[in-house]
Amino acid sequence: MKKIVSALALGAMMAAAAVATAGTAGAKEWKTVRIASEGAYPPWNSTDTSGKLTGFEVDFANDLCKRMKVTCEFVAQDWDGIIPALQQGKYDAIMSAMTITDERKKVIAFSVPYGTEPSVFAVLNSSPLGKALNLGADRVDLNDQAAAKPTLDKLADALKGKTVGVQVSTIQADFMDKHLPKVEMRTYDKIDNAGIDLTSGRVDAVLGDRSVVEAIVKNDAGKMSVVGPNFIGGVIGEGMGVGLRQDNADLKAMFDKAIGEALADGTVKKLSTQHFGYDISPK
Amino acid sequence: MNWQLMWDSLPRMLGGLSLTLQLIVGSLALGAVVAFAVALLRLSGNRVAEWLSAAYVFVFRGTPLLVQIFLIYYGLGQFTLIRDSFLWPFLREPYWCAILALTLNTGAYTSEVLRGAILSVPLGQVEAARACGMSRPLAFRRIVLPVAIRQMLPAYGNEVILMVKATSLASTITLMEVTGIARRMIAQTFAVFELFIVAGAIYLVLNFIASRLIKFAEWRLTPYLRARA
Repeated sequence: MKKIVSALALGAMMAAAAVATAGTAGAKEWKTVRIASEGAYPPWNSTDTSGKLTGFEVDFANDLCKRMKVTCEFVAQDWDGIIPALQQGKYDAIMSAMTITDERKKVIAFSVPYGTEPSVFAVLNSSPLGKALNLGADRVDLNDQAAAKPTLDKLADALKGKTVGVQVSTIQADFMDKHLPKVEMRTYDKIDNAGIDLTSGRVDAVLGDRSVVEAIVKNDAGKMSVVGPNFIGGVIGEGMGVGLRQDNADLKAMFDKAIGEALADGTVKKLSTQHFGYDISPK
Repeated sequence: MNWQLMWDSLPRMLGGLSLTLQLIVGSLALGAVVAFAVALLRLSGNRVAEWLSAAYVFVFRGTPLLVQIFLIYYGLGQFTLIRDSFLWPFLREPYWCAILALTLNTGAYTSEVLRGAILSVPLGQVEAARACGMSRPLAFRRIVLPVAIRQMLPAYGNEVILMVKATSLASTITLMEVTGIARRMIAQTFAVFELFIVAGAIYLVLNFIASRLIKFAEWRLTPYLRARA
């Protein structure tokens, strides 16, 4: 009996020691931070012809890393696996125009937001939807359910029997599920592919973040345009943040501080004007 | 491991089974027709026909199926000529693009399997049939083809199993078959491991059934190898 007790006590001590070392390991000094981005979502992030990641988020991450006094390493990662690979430790942070949502907060942590954007539809100029989607509102705030409802009802009418393309696992896919469950939705790995299918007429409209939809429209100049209101709030979320593992509270504190500084001294405004042509800083 | 999630995902994932089965059966049936025609052309003795069918086989066996699917779906849709043609109502739909790509791919492989099987029929049997007064087409239909089909079954079984798995690539062109649904659910729950295991298990069951069916066909077509009752 005595032996068992002492064995248990020894076991407990070892467990306590293990916890203690794990605690210190968690608080390791960050020297290098590996940051993942999709590289197919201009102007947020894109890939140049040599395969290097570029775009607003790469420039912004370099600025943040300078403030945090760490070295940045960039990893290109497909969007549909970007959260699982973060959880598995393939990299330490996601900067890929990822909106902070409640669903995602269940599995990862977020920094404070560094950018915000409405969602918009794009259609072919030759399509009658261009007129139908002109819902008589510039901006629909989904947080204000009562005010948004008449416009959303009109939207559902306009899109009846139509097909809308979105990127898989995005706030826009959530928007379709929640507000337009009766409209056929096709999900694409990359938003560009939805754009290709809009050009060829396989989908009637594409829904995405405004800057990205504008980039698609510009790419196919003269054939398609952005139509209808800007959707904000609700499932569209409160802005884009850095995605982090939940146990890396120290890294989150570092990012929060650096982003706070960059917003305060106008770096976000400067970089976004350079890449987007306007200011995307969250208000 | 989240067993509850795996169990709960099953009904939704089985919802994609009908589309997966349509892709398998549709492309295998159409692919068999293509393979038969191509194998005959390759053995026809006509130089041009032989060269054309050999080129088709070379191209579709030599390129990845994923590339073929992308070329047919995203590639063809870029040409106004095709968008204005009578083909567009079909090529507009991801469903028919997937069927077309899978058909052309399996057609190329199967034609080679069939060609080999036809060539493996012993010449003596053909000569015997001719000596009995059968015409060439009749000898082909009654003697060569039945023997060849039996010969090709083990190799064709392989091709069927590959096709069952190949249908999962249709998810890359927005089709919501089993893999497509698994990927969409992963996007919502981030449970990669659990959901792909469920999807994998569904393909395993499908392939178990497929290999049994091929076994059964082999058994049916070789009565002379069984002991007499």
